[in-house]
Amino acid sequence: MDFGFTINAPRAIYLDKMDPVLRDRVIARERTTLLCIGCGSCTATCTAGQFTPFSLRKVQHLVRRGEYETAKKSLKDCMLCGKCRMVCPRGVNTRAVIHVLLEIL
Amino acid sequence: MTQERILVIGGGVAGMQAAAALREEGFEPFIIEKEKAAGGHVARWDRLFPTQLRAQEVIDRLSAGAEGIGSATGCEIVSVLPEADGVTAIAADGQRFEGRAAVVATGFDLFDARFKEEYGYGMYENVVTSAELERMFREGRVAMRSGEAPKRVAILHCVGSRDEKVGQNHCSKVCCITGIKQAIELTEAVPGVQVTNFYMDLRAFGNGYEELYRRSQVEHGVTYVRGRISEAGETLDKRIQLKVEDTLVGRPLRLTVDMLVLLVGMRAPGCCSSFGLPTQENGFFAPRDPYVETVASPVRGIYLAGTATGPKTIGETVNEALAVARRIKRDLAK
Repeated sequence: MDFGFTINAPRAIYLDKMDPVLRDRVIARERTTLLCIGCGSCTATCTAGQFTPFSLRKVQHLVRRGEYETAKKSLKDCMLCGKCRMVCPRGVNTRAVIHVLLEIL
Repeated sequence: MTQERILVIGGGVAGMQAAAALREEGFEPFIIEKEKAAGGHVARWDRLFPTQLRAQEVIDRLSAGAEGIGSATGCEIVSVLPEADGVTAIAADGQRFEGRAAVVATGFDLFDARFKEEYGYGMYENVVTSAELERMFREGRVAMRSGEAPKRVAILHCVGSRDEKVGQNHCSKVCCITGIKQAIELTEAVPGVQVTNFYMDLRAFGNGYEELYRRSQVEHGVTYVRGRISEAGETLDKRIQLKVEDTLVGRPLRLTVDMLVLLVGMRAPGCCSSFGLPTQENGFFAPRDPYVETVASPVRGIYLAGTATGPKTIGETVNEALAVARRIKRDLAK
């Protein structure tokens, strides 16, 4: 019977239940990913980000939170042009981060 | 008398206050300033955060306190040497100054915005630094190169601060609140102007800073966008087009403004490497320790005050200048 309402799945990121294995593997391979402070310079300059929802800032944070599937789906939009590497004020080796993510996720 | 002479290298806020305090402690301070007149960076500023006091008032009070103290101007010190019973400072023109001790109050340099080529400073006529905006405030006229008043201005935080690409990993500490202050002053100077500040983190840490931040939003309508501008380009009509990510919305953002203000940070001046004193990772002079020996250098007889050891506010600088005099008094009495 349809009562006219539904139950939504919870949206929270449950860090208690997060599986850190992939995250830690990524960090072990490219530690500079830890330096990201989310300033958005990479996304602002990103060629792919102009036309797709791709955002390296977001991808790195998704990986940090264990949201691997969403991160992985997003990665296909990156064209590996490397412009992000030139603007990052924190010295994240952005292109290397993407290579590692493509390999590990 | 030479026994009691203390050299004060630098005639800015730290130098003037240190000299005045040293005289009160019974010494004979001598100020050596590289510019033609004392006052340092603050003398070139219009108004100061967080209360918008005229910078000139601070300079006038400090100058009054240092009235009658011996000085040499237009004299740049290139090295400071500890001697058995004192310190010798040598100027670029070969002049030698001797003292029982020396206070290094050499301050900071403003970051040269041309190093951040992607913002077009020095190439696009309507990209200015925060120091240049301050000069416009002082002259009472905020204008684009064409002479017109800007209708839309962007202020970019962290130019030459927190940026490993230009070798400046440190936070310059005072730019956030300066950006807030200048945004407010722009709305006062140019009625109807829209001001947008672009930031990575807003560090409104001091007394009255957060209050000023709130006021800028609610009373002056200043907009804050969390995102660091990645590049700026000039349009045909000499306006500035900005590329940035609005990280809170999660989408790339484009904005064309009439003027882009770069909040240039503090960097260690050349003397930090030429004086032969130990320095910190950020390039500024290293204090003997950062907890209880903040105004002493690791070298005997050489002391430090103000932004010589890193970015500081005027209040902090004045406190250090007072502390250094007391500290020298205590050390020399031993």
